[in-house]
Formats: sequence, structure tokens, C-alpha cells
Amino acid sequence: MIEVKNLVKKYGNHLAIDNLSFKIEKGKIYGFLGPNGAGKSTTMNIMTGYLGATKGEVLINGHDILKEPREAKKYIGYLPELPPLYMEMTVLEYLDFAAELKGIPKGQRKSSVEEVLELVKLTDVRGRLIRNLSKGYRQRAGLAQAILGFPDIVILDEPTVGLDPKQIIEIRELIRKLAKDHTVILSSHILAEVKEVCDYIMIIAKGRLVASDTPDNLEHLMDDAKFIEIQAKAEPSRIKEILEPIQEISSVKMEEREDGTTFATLETKENTDIREKVFFAFADQKCPLLLLNTNNVSLEEIFLELTQGDGESKLLLSKREGDETDAGDL
Amino acid sequence: MLAIYKRELKSYFQSMIGCVFVAFLVAFTGIYFMAYNLNAGYPYFSYTLSGSLLVFIVGIPLLTMRSFSEERKNKTDQLLLTAPVGLPQVVLGKYLAMVSVLAAPNIIFCLFPLIIKLQGISYLKVDYISIGVFFLLGCVYIAIGMFLSSLTESQIIAFITAFGVLLVLYLWDGILSFLPSSASSGVVGIIILLTIAVAYIQQMTGNWLISGGIELIGIAACVITYVMKSSLFENILTKILGKLALANVFMDITSNSIVDVSGIILYLSIIAVFIFLTVQTIQRRRWS
Repeated sequence: MIEVKNLVKKYGNHLAIDNLSFKIEKGKIYGFLGPNGAGKSTTMNIMTGYLGATKGEVLINGHDILKEPREAKKYIGYLPELPPLYMEMTVLEYLDFAAELKGIPKGQRKSSVEEVLELVKLTDVRGRLIRNLSKGYRQRAGLAQAILGFPDIVILDEPTVGLDPKQIIEIRELIRKLAKDHTVILSSHILAEVKEVCDYIMIIAKGRLVASDTPDNLEHLMDDAKFIEIQAKAEPSRIKEILEPIQEISSVKMEEREDGTTFATLETKENTDIREKVFFAFADQKCPLLLLNTNNVSLEEIFLELTQGDGESKLLLSKREGDETDAGDL
Repeated sequence: MLAIYKRELKSYFQSMIGCVFVAFLVAFTGIYFMAYNLNAGYPYFSYTLSGSLLVFIVGIPLLTMRSFSEERKNKTDQLLLTAPVGLPQVVLGKYLAMVSVLAAPNIIFCLFPLIIKLQGISYLKVDYISIGVFFLLGCVYIAIGMFLSSLTESQIIAFITAFGVLLVLYLWDGILSFLPSSASSGVVGIIILLTIAVAYIQQMTGNWLISGGIELIGIAACVITYVMKSSLFENILTKILGKLALANVFMDITSNSIVDVSGIILYLSIIAVFIFLTVQTIQRRRWS
């Protein structure tokens, strides 16, 4: 579908995209995740042919976006960060114009505009000037333009920005509906959103792809350092005694609570599950165990680790080594 | 291209700019027509048109200022540039829409010679040719204005620069008389012009080898010709730059009834050059 190879984009001396490579396959929802200024919008602008890359190439269904722009652009519908709307037109006029611009044959224009209007729920405001529409409706008009004619690939740059929660849910549903027979690529700096909607997440920081995997796999990225949290009704010294026989525990951090309980975080040496052992150790000693919990690393923590690390982070390094070997294998 | 053309044309008349432009041009020409042709009884409508030329200097920048700067400011250029339409088509669509707006008052002008004919003697051939060349001159101005609009994001700056350039072109004959005519200053002048052109090429391509090479070869050619035959450079600046007094071709028709075909070719080539430059400017911005 889309193949991005060694993409580099420089603005003067500023390196906006640094050797980005990835492949996108049909029928999935991809999420670009990254902090502000990470290069998400620039990447999307290059993929859609709005900007030229300093180095590297983008292939859309085998067509180079720079060498055969007209062929390549036929497959793409794009909603930029700021919806490209003409304020002096009505919604219907605007979509008619967009349909003609995209080369939808005259006979099908009307029906495809109607279909899209229905899909993004703009039918009620079709005759109103875009100038007079609220932010949410404008966003939807932009979205309608992007999915008009149902191109194979729909690229959405922060599609839910400025929408109220109900609209956000509607747009997410729409994206899921689209993904049944289209490829959708969306960008966001909101984690929950990407996790909710996307089948595949690409985390971009400082113009580089720092991680790319399914949301579940990403959460397991940091599994090799596993923590277990327990809370028991006993003194810290007693708990230490109870835990002593379990050899897998490498370190224990304890904290005494005011209600006479103790909260402890256990770090295991390897990726082993010691919850049963902990349970029986406490049961044997007749010490009430109030809480036993594996502390999986959340996507939030991974995101922070990946995007704010200074490049020295363990995870970042190991992942990037992997990237170089199987860059085309997403 | 047709989609862009239709949208642009519609938006000119929806946003009033088109209507204001047409009304402005027709009203002023009407005043001149009343004064020269009706009151004074002069039978040439072409003479009236030469008075309206001044209206172009304000009117055309009004028409061209928003063409590309507004798209860029509102980011609607993202829609045009990511659609499966070539950039030359986008530029041509916009250009033709502006030309169509300009055509509206010119079609109205075609009625004026007929009014003169009703009153007695008229010179329809000269009058219609002059309306045609007047329209063509407007097309040249639109191409220049469109190019200037593609350079900036601000409509105001686009308007002022286009206004300034058109005003200088209008006053060009007067400015020209200050240029030196000796052969040595001719060489210096040509080299300066060459350097400006090379600086533009350098800025667009970023290739020092090409631009430096052109500069060196150009300077060498100038110096060698100067040494061989210095008389070639006498008055060369006035001759070359005199061509820039674009309105002269039109004025020849209105004042002497002489149609200069080479001047019309000059008009058409300037239009082509500025459309090309507009495409290049937009293309270039995608890489900066």
C-alpha cells in the first residue's frame, strides 16, 4: 500500500524528519503517536505530496508521489491539521468542488457527495456557509472531503481535535467503519485515542520512528522488568520474614501505612510469575494479604519513556536496533 | 482545472471583488467616454480606453492579490496540491478565472464604439483592436499580479507590490530617460541585469555550479563583445529596458493607430513567463 523509505526532511538547519522508514498494509488503522513537533504532520504532508522530501521516497501502491503525483494522489484522501475549507462556500458547494477536483465522474458526483454527507452527519447543515459553522462541523466537512469518493487510503491529521466527547465517539466509529475496506492513518498526541482506535501504533519522536507495534505488544515491551505490588496487614519486618524464602525476588521496597498495613513493591529477577508463591507464603503464615497485583507498564509510561528519553534509554536503543534489521516488516 | 476555474470565478462574484472590479472599470471608462466622445465629440473610443489604463493599476492588483496568498494563509492550498491535479492546471485554472473577470468589462466596452457609430462617423476596426489589446495588456498585468501573490501570504503585501510594479511600468518611459547611453555604462548595465537573473536562478535551484557558470560565461561574452565592437552597447539599456514600457504597444494603437504585432507577441510571452514563474515559486516552496 504505502512504502516510506529513508525519509528525511530539513527545514533550513532543523531536522524535522530523520531517516523514517515504514510500510503500511491494507485494511488496518494506523496511528501516528508523538508529542507536539515530533514530525507527524510533516510526515503526513510528505506522504500526501503537499511537501517535498529532502531525501527518500514515498510509494503509494507502487507509484512514487513525486514522480507520478497524479496517479499516486488518486488513492489518497487527506484531512490536514487545519481543514482546508473555503469559508465563502456552502457545505454542498464545497463538497461538489472537491468531488470534481478529485476527478469523480460527473454522473456519480451527486450520489457520492450525498453518501458522504450522510456518513459524517452533515445533511442538516448542507446549505449553510462554512463560515457560519462551528468547529466540530467544520472538522466534519474536512473529513467528508477526505473520504469523498472513498479512496483506498485515508490520512487524517488529528481528526478529533476541537470536537466534543460525543462527536469524538462518532468520529471514532466512523473511522472504524471506514477501516473495514480502507486503510486509515491518523495522527494524534492523545494516547487514549490511539490506543482505542488503532490496530497498529507508530511512535514518532524527534522525527524518528522509535517504536511500532500493536497496542498490546507495545505494552509488553517493558515486561522484562516486572513488578508486583502487595499490601498486607503486618509490620514491614514481618513481611520481610515471610518473603525471605522466595528466591526470585531481587529487591523489595516497603512503605508502612497509617492503618497498620504495609504496601510493598517486589521486583523479580526474571520474567517469572511469583504471585502464587507470594500468596501461599502469606497464607502459611496466616498473615492477611489485602492486595496482590502485577504492575504492568502502561502505554503512557512507554510513550513517555520513548519520547522523552535522551536517546540513551534501554528500550529506545534495543527497539531501534530491531528497527534497522526489520524495517520493512511492520 | 475546470473545477478550479469554476470555483474561482464563482468566488470572485460571491466575494464582491469581481463585481467591484467590473463596476470600477466600467464606471471610469464611462466617465472618460462621456467627456471625450460624447461631450467633445471625438470619434475614437480607443482614446478613451487609454485614459482607463490608469484604472488597471489599482484594479488589477485588487483582482490578483488574493489568488494565491489567501489559499496559502487559509491552508486551502493543501486541498489543491494533494488532489490528483497537476500544479500547472491549478495555476492556469486560477489565471483563466481572473482573465474571465477581466473579460466582463471588456465585453461591455464593445458596446461603446457602436454608440459612437449611432452618432455619425466611427472607426470600428481601430476601436475593436484597441479593446482587444487593452484586454491583452490586462492579462499581462494579471500574470504579474498573480506571480507576486504567489510570493506572499499576505493579501495586503500582494496588493501593494503589484500596485508598485504596475505603477513603475506605467511611468517607465519617464524613468528610462535617466539611464546613461554610453557604451561602457551599457556593458555595466547588462552585467548587472545578468547578475540579477543569475541570483534568481541560484535562489531557485540552489546550485552554485550552474549559476556561477552562467554568470562567468555571461560576463566573458559581454567583455569580449565590448572589446570587439563597443558601438553595440550604445543605448543598449534604453533599447532593452524600453521594451518593459508595456503600455506603449497599446498606446501606439490609441494615439497613432499603429498595431505592433511584435508587441502582441511580447505580451503573450510575458504572460507565459509569469505563469511559469508562478508554478515554479509554488513548486519551490514545497521543498524549502
